[in-house]
Amino acid sequence: MSFSTTPAVLVLEDGRTFHGSAYGQLGETTGEAVFVTAMSGYQETLTDPSYHRQIIIQAAPHIGNTGVNRTDDESARIWAAGYVVRDASRISSNWRSEGDLVDWLTESGIVGISDVDTRALTRHLRDKGAMRVGIFSGPAAEAPESELLARVQASPQMAGANLVDEVSVTEPTLVPARGEKRFSVAAVDLGIKSMTPERLSERGIDVHVLPSTISFEQIRALGVDGVFFSNGPGDPATADDQVELLRAVLDAGMPFFGICFGNQLLGRALGFGTYKLPFGHRGINVPVMDRTTGKVEITSQNHGFAVDAPLTGETIAPHKADYGRVTVSHVCLNDDVVEGLACLDIPAFSVQFHPEAAAGPHDSSYLFDRFVDLMSASQADSAAQA
Amino acid sequence: MPLRHDLTSVLVIGSGPIVIGQACEFDYSGTQACRVLRSEGLRVILINSNPATIMTDPDIADATYVEPIDPDVIETIIEKERPDALLPTLGGQTALNAAIALHDAGVLEKYGVELIGADVDAIQRGEDRQKFKDIAEACGAEVARSAICHTLDEALAAAEELNYPVVVRPSFTMGGLGSGMAYDEADLRRIAGAGLSDSITHEVLLEESILGWKEYELELMRDNKDNVVVVCSIENVDPVGVHTGDSITVAPALTLTDREYQSMRDIGIAIIRAVGVDTGGCNIQFAVDPKTGRIITIEMNPRVSRSSALASKATGFPIAKMAAKLAVGYSLDEIPNDITKVTPASFEPTLDYVVVKIPRFTFEKFPAADPTLTTTMKSVGEVMALGRNFTTALQKAMRSLEQKGSSFSWTDLPDVSDDVRESVLEAISHATADRIHSVQRGLAAGLSAAEVFDACEIDPWYLDQIQLINEVAAHIRDAAELDEQVLRVAKNHGFSDEQIAGLRSLDTSVVTGIRHALRVRPVFKTVDTCAGEFEAKTPYHYSSYDSETEVMPRDRPAVIILGSGPNRIGQGIEFDYSCVHATMAIGSAGYETIMVNCNPETVSTDYDTADRLYFEPLTFEDVMEVYHAELAAGEVLGVVCTLGGQTPLGLADKLKAAGVPVLGTQPEAIDLAEDRGEFGTVLERAGLTAPKHGTAVTSAEAAAIAENIGYPVLVRPSYVLGGRGMQIVYDRTQLFDYMASATEISTDRPVLVDRFLEDAIEIDVDALYDGNEVYIGGIMEHIEEAGIHSGDSACVLPSLTLGEDVLERVRQGTKAIAEGVGVRGLLNIQFAIAADVLHVIEANPRASRTVPFVSKATSTQLAKAAALIAVGRTIDDLRGDLLAAEGDGSTLPLDHPIAVKEAVLPFRRFTTVDGKIVDSILGPEMRSTGEVMGIDHNFPTAFAKGLLGASVKLPTSGTVFVSVADRDKRAMVLPVKELVDMGFDVVATTGTAAVLSRYGIKTTQVHKHFEADAEDRTVIDYLTAGTIDMVINVPSGRQERADGYEIRAAATANSVPLITTLAEFAAAVTSLEVIRDSKFDVRSLQDWSA
Repeated sequence: MSFSTTPAVLVLEDGRTFHGSAYGQLGETTGEAVFVTAMSGYQETLTDPSYHRQIIIQAAPHIGNTGVNRTDDESARIWAAGYVVRDASRISSNWRSEGDLVDWLTESGIVGISDVDTRALTRHLRDKGAMRVGIFSGPAAEAPESELLARVQASPQMAGANLVDEVSVTEPTLVPARGEKRFSVAAVDLGIKSMTPERLSERGIDVHVLPSTISFEQIRALGVDGVFFSNGPGDPATADDQVELLRAVLDAGMPFFGICFGNQLLGRALGFGTYKLPFGHRGINVPVMDRTTGKVEITSQNHGFAVDAPLTGETIAPHKADYGRVTVSHVCLNDDVVEGLACLDIPAFSVQFHPEAAAGPHDSSYLFDRFVDLMSASQADSAAQA
Repeated sequence: MPLRHDLTSVLVIGSGPIVIGQACEFDYSGTQACRVLRSEGLRVILINSNPATIMTDPDIADATYVEPIDPDVIETIIEKERPDALLPTLGGQTALNAAIALHDAGVLEKYGVELIGADVDAIQRGEDRQKFKDIAEACGAEVARSAICHTLDEALAAAEELNYPVVVRPSFTMGGLGSGMAYDEADLRRIAGAGLSDSITHEVLLEESILGWKEYELELMRDNKDNVVVVCSIENVDPVGVHTGDSITVAPALTLTDREYQSMRDIGIAIIRAVGVDTGGCNIQFAVDPKTGRIITIEMNPRVSRSSALASKATGFPIAKMAAKLAVGYSLDEIPNDITKVTPASFEPTLDYVVVKIPRFTFEKFPAADPTLTTTMKSVGEVMALGRNFTTALQKAMRSLEQKGSSFSWTDLPDVSDDVRESVLEAISHATADRIHSVQRGLAAGLSAAEVFDACEIDPWYLDQIQLINEVAAHIRDAAELDEQVLRVAKNHGFSDEQIAGLRSLDTSVVTGIRHALRVRPVFKTVDTCAGEFEAKTPYHYSSYDSETEVMPRDRPAVIILGSGPNRIGQGIEFDYSCVHATMAIGSAGYETIMVNCNPETVSTDYDTADRLYFEPLTFEDVMEVYHAELAAGEVLGVVCTLGGQTPLGLADKLKAAGVPVLGTQPEAIDLAEDRGEFGTVLERAGLTAPKHGTAVTSAEAAAIAENIGYPVLVRPSYVLGGRGMQIVYDRTQLFDYMASATEISTDRPVLVDRFLEDAIEIDVDALYDGNEVYIGGIMEHIEEAGIHSGDSACVLPSLTLGEDVLERVRQGTKAIAEGVGVRGLLNIQFAIAADVLHVIEANPRASRTVPFVSKATSTQLAKAAALIAVGRTIDDLRGDLLAAEGDGSTLPLDHPIAVKEAVLPFRRFTTVDGKIVDSILGPEMRSTGEVMGIDHNFPTAFAKGLLGASVKLPTSGTVFVSVADRDKRAMVLPVKELVDMGFDVVATTGTAAVLSRYGIKTTQVHKHFEADAEDRTVIDYLTAGTIDMVINVPSGRQERADGYEIRAAATANSVPLITTLAEFAAAVTSLEVIRDSKFDVRSLQDWSA
C-alpha cells in the first residue's frame, strides 16, 4: 500500500486552511462549516435534511466503521454539502452493513476531506464562530489558495437563507398509524427526519407528511387532530410563509407540536425573535432541563439558530394576546439557550432539540406522548363543548 | 437537592490491600471521595488497612484508621466515632461486602448509621444473580439462559439443560474470582466446586455460553432526582470469554451503530433505575451477538469499579468524585463539569480521541500457572493510552507496558505455509496475553483477516486496524528514504522511533535525529469531556501528530515528575504514592508540577494531582517530547526520576545525557550503587561487609564463583525489581539449570552470584540524605529470615530484637553508603545480620516500596522530604514539619507504636493447566501484590492485625496441622506446645508427630497425600472437609518444597490460614495468645501521632 493520497484542501472563510486527503467525490464544495460532536450515528447525520448546505466536521475521529445500511437513513439522500473526517474507515464491520460509507459518499457526489486535524478545526469554529468553508479535492485543489478563498467568500451565507422548500417533499405522503389508529396529524415537512413520523406512527397516529408550501385550508381539509412542524435547514427569520401558516393553526386552536425549526417558527408565530448562535449545538450529549419536572434529559441537537424569549416567568405572546401565556419549558444547561416553548392557554408546544433522536438518546421521547395527551385533551374539550 | 445538612460525619471504607481485581483505582476513587466529603464540611472517618495509599494520609480524612477491614473492627470504630452515615460504594467489593455484613449483623441499625450511596436491597439486586436476572428481564432486557446452583449436584443437572460449554460465576466475588468456562463435567466439578466455596453465599450461576460475542460496558451515574447519564462506553477487543479486566479495551465503543448503542443505553438506564442505585455510579456489562445484534446483559456492579476509574481517566469525568457529591445530596445538574467549569456535570462526555487499555500480566512469576485468559481476572496492572486514532492509542499502550517485546515487531514472522497454517491459527484461537501479537504477526506473515477472524472472533474492524499497522510498517521498511511523508504516516499510526529504527535497520537516535530535523514532532491535545465544544480549564494532555498544540505558556518554573507506569508485582501503588507526594511537596514549594504517567488506576493520573498531566508512555522518546513541549511553554527546572521505581530510574541516564536536568540523586550515583565493583569500593572504604559475590556471564564463571564463595548462593540478573528471576541455588546442578534458563545475560547485564546467608535476620532501612545529614526513616526488621523477598516478608518497625550496637552500626553504615554513593534524597538499604556480622545485601538510591509504610508508622513524610531535597532543601529545613523535630526513625522511643507490614499474595488466582492452584511457598522472587499495616502498642497485636488485614483470620480454637522439615523440628516444639496449651488439637505428619510425641505432645497422625491407602484419609481430605483450621507447613530450603505442595495448594484452595515459615509461626502463636482474650482496640493515625 502506498499511503500516497489524492490531495484535498479545506479553506475557511477567514483564510485558515487545512490540507488532507480527498474523501468521497473529487471536486469542490462550499457551505457553512459546522462541527458535530456525536460519537455515533454518522449515517443519520449525513441524511438529516437540516444539514442542507452545511459542511459537517465530525469531531469523533473514526468514521465509517459500521458501514451504511438501508434502515438508518433519516431521509432519502445525503443532505450535507461536504464531509470532513479525520480517520475514514477502510472497511465496514457490522451485521447490518450493506456497503461502505466512502462508496456511498462518492455515489452521492459528496466532496469530502479526511486526515485533517478535526479538533483544531472544531476549536477554531468554537472560538471564531460559524463561518463558510470550502473543500477542494483533486484538480480543484491545485488552484492557488487565494483563489480558493475567494470562492469560499463568494458562497452564500447561512444567515438569511430560506432553504425549507429545497428539502421538503413535493407531494403529500402518508405514514400510517401502527396498531390501532388514535389520531391523525399533519406533519409539515420543513426537512423532516424519518424517525419523527415513525415515533408518531408507533403511538397510533396517521402522519400526513406535507410539503412546506401547504396551505392552512389544505391542512384543515385533511381533518387532522393536530399539526406538527418539523426540523429543517436555513434561517427561521426567512420562513414567513410557514409562520403565517402556523398562526392560522394556532388561531384555529389546533394542537401543535414543533421540533427544532418548528420550535423557532412557534417562537416567531408567538412574536419572539430568532438569532444565530455563535457556533450552534450539534451533538447527542446536550443536557436540557425540562422545567415542568426539574429533570435533566440528554438530548440530540442540531441547531444553529435559537429563539430569543425571556428565560424566566410567563410572557404574554407578543404577537397576539389571544395566544395567552408562554413559558420557556426547556433550557440548555450548557449555555441557557431556549430549548422549548410551552403555551399555557392554547394547545401548542415545541422543543429545539430532537426527541426523535436518530442519532441520539431516547430520553425525550416522552414529548411525543405529551403531543398525544394534548390531542386527547383537545378532543375531550371539543366533545364536552359539543 | 443541595447538600444534606442532617449529616455531620461519614465513615468511608477503603478497599484494603492491592489484590488482583482490586487495585489502586480504589485509592484514586476513595481519595477523591474523602476530599469531596471534607470540602463539604463533613467529618470523614476512614478505615483502610493499606498504608501505601494516598487516602490513608492523615490529612485526607479527619480520623484515619489503618486497621483490618473486618466487621468486628469496623463495629469498634463505629462505636467509638458514631458516624451518621456509611459510604460503602467507593472501596470496591471489599467495602461493599463489609457494609452488607455490618447491615446483616444489625450493627448499622444499632448505632443509627445510614448507608448512603446505595442501600442493601439495591446492592443485593445488583449482585445477586437471580434478582438481577429478574430485574433485567422486567426491564425488557435479555439475559443469558442460566441456573442458580447451591450444590454441585444442582450444577451438574443444570449444565445438562443449558448444554456445555457453560459459564460458572460465583456470587459476590470480585475480579471474577472463581469463575470460569466449563467445557465438560470434569471442568464443571472443578470450577463450580471452588466457586461454591468462594462465594460468601455459597452460590454459583451457570450460564449459556456466549463465547465469541462482542463485549461492552457502560458506566452510568444516577442522582437523587432520577437523572441518569452514561459517562462512558467501553468495548472489549477480546470477545466474550476473557474477563474485562484481562481484555484489551477501547473507549468509546467503535463498532456499534447508533441504534445498537442507544438500545444498550436504554437497557442500562432502565436497569440502574430498577435496581435502585439511588445515587452514584454503576457499571453494566453487555454482550452483542455479532451476527444478529442480539444484546444480552451480563452483569452489573452497583458501585464504583475498576472500569469506572478507567472511564474517569478516559473521559475526564471523575465518577468517584461525583458519586461522593451525589451521596451527600447534590444532583448532577448542581455540580459543575470539572474540566470546563462552566457547563454542568449532568451531561454525557463525548470523545474526539480513542482510549486503549491493556492489562499487564505477571505469568513469569508463576511459571507453573496456565497463561490462558479466562473469566477469572489474572492481570496485576494496566496501562491506558490516548491517541487521535485507534492505531496510535494501541501502539502507545503497548509500549507503555514496558515489557520486552510488548510493542509490535516484524522480524522472524511465523511460517504460515499450508502445512503449519492451522497451528498458527490454533495459537490465535487461544486467549492469552500475547494473542494480539500472534494476530499481528500472523496477518503480517500472510494470514487473511477472514481466517484470523474465524480463529479469534476479534471484530474485523480491529483486525483491519492491525493490518493497517502492518501495512504502515511495510511502507516504512520499503520507502526509498525516511522522508517527512513516511515519518508522518508512521507517527500518525503510533510507531515509536525505536520501531521505525528496527524496520529500517537504523539506530533509534538516528531516526529521532531525522525526525527532529524534518520537524515531525507531536502536538499535545486536551482531554476536555466535550470534543472541543467548550474550552478546557484543566491541562490534561496526550500527544498526537496533528497540526495544533494546546499546551499553554507558563510563568512559573516547572518540575516534571515521572510516574511508575503500570502496576506489576514489585512496582505498585507504593511508588505512585511517592510520586503523588513529590507532586504535592514540589507544588507547595512554588513550582508548577507536571506529571507523566500511563497508569489509569492511580492517584498520580488524577488531573487534580499535578498542575499538568501528560497521559503518556514512560519511554525515553515520549518523555523527551513532553520535556520539549514544556520547555517551549516556560522554564523547566528538571525531572524527578527517583520516586517512581525502576521505570523512571531506567530513564535517568539517557535523559541526563540528552541534556535534561535530573533532580535529586544523579544517574551516576544510581549506576554506582548497581555496579558491584564500584559499590564494593564504597563499602570497603566504609569498613562494611557484603556477602561474598561475583558476576558471571557464563555457567562456568558462575560455578567458579559459587565454588569459591560456597553454596548456597543467591543468583539473579542485574537491574531488576521485585526479585525477578532471583533464586537460591544449593549445588552445581541447580546453578547450571539456572544459567541455562536465564535469558538475556550479557556483559552489560551479567548474573549476580552472592553468598546466601542462611538463618540471617534481614533489615530494611529507608533513609534520606541531603549531602550533609542523614535521616533514617526507619529500621525494619523482617519477620521471615533472609531468603524471602523483602516485598513478601512481613516486617516490623521499630525493630523488635536488634540491639543498640546493631542499630548504631546500621546508622553508620547508612551514612557511609549515602555519602559514598552520592545520594540526594531517598536511599533504601537491605542489611542482614548473620552470626552477629552486619552484611550489606544491596543499596538502592531511590524511593523504596516501604516509604509509605515507614512514613505512616512514624508520622513523617519521607517522599515529600525527598522531593524537596531534590529541589534544594536540607533535612534541617524539613525537621519539625515533614520529619521529626529531633532524632529520626532509628531513635524511636520504647513506647512508640509497633507497626507490622504484612504482604498479600495472589496464589489463589493462578492455576496450573490441570486446574490445581500454584504453589504458595515464599522465596527470593517477589510475588505479593500488596500489603497491609497493623499498628498497635505491642508486636503480637500488631502482627495479628496485619494478618487479619491480609485476610488471614487466625483461628482461636480448633485443629492445627503441623508439618515441619527436619532441621526446624527443634524450633517448632515450643510454639506447638503453646498451641496445645491454648486448647488446639494438633494433627501432624508421621515425622513431625514422632518428634512431638517424644516431647510429650499428643497429636493425631495423618498421612501425606501420597501415603494414603484405601481406608485412610489424608491431610488433603481433612482440609477439603474443613476440619483443619490452620496449616503450618515449613519446608526446608532444599528438598521438601515440592513435597508439601499438595498440602499448601489444598489449604490455599480452601482458604485455610497457611504459615510456611517458622518465624511466622512463632509470631502467630504470640498473636493468638493476645487475640484469644480480647477484641482489637482501634486508634486513628491522628491519635497515634498526637
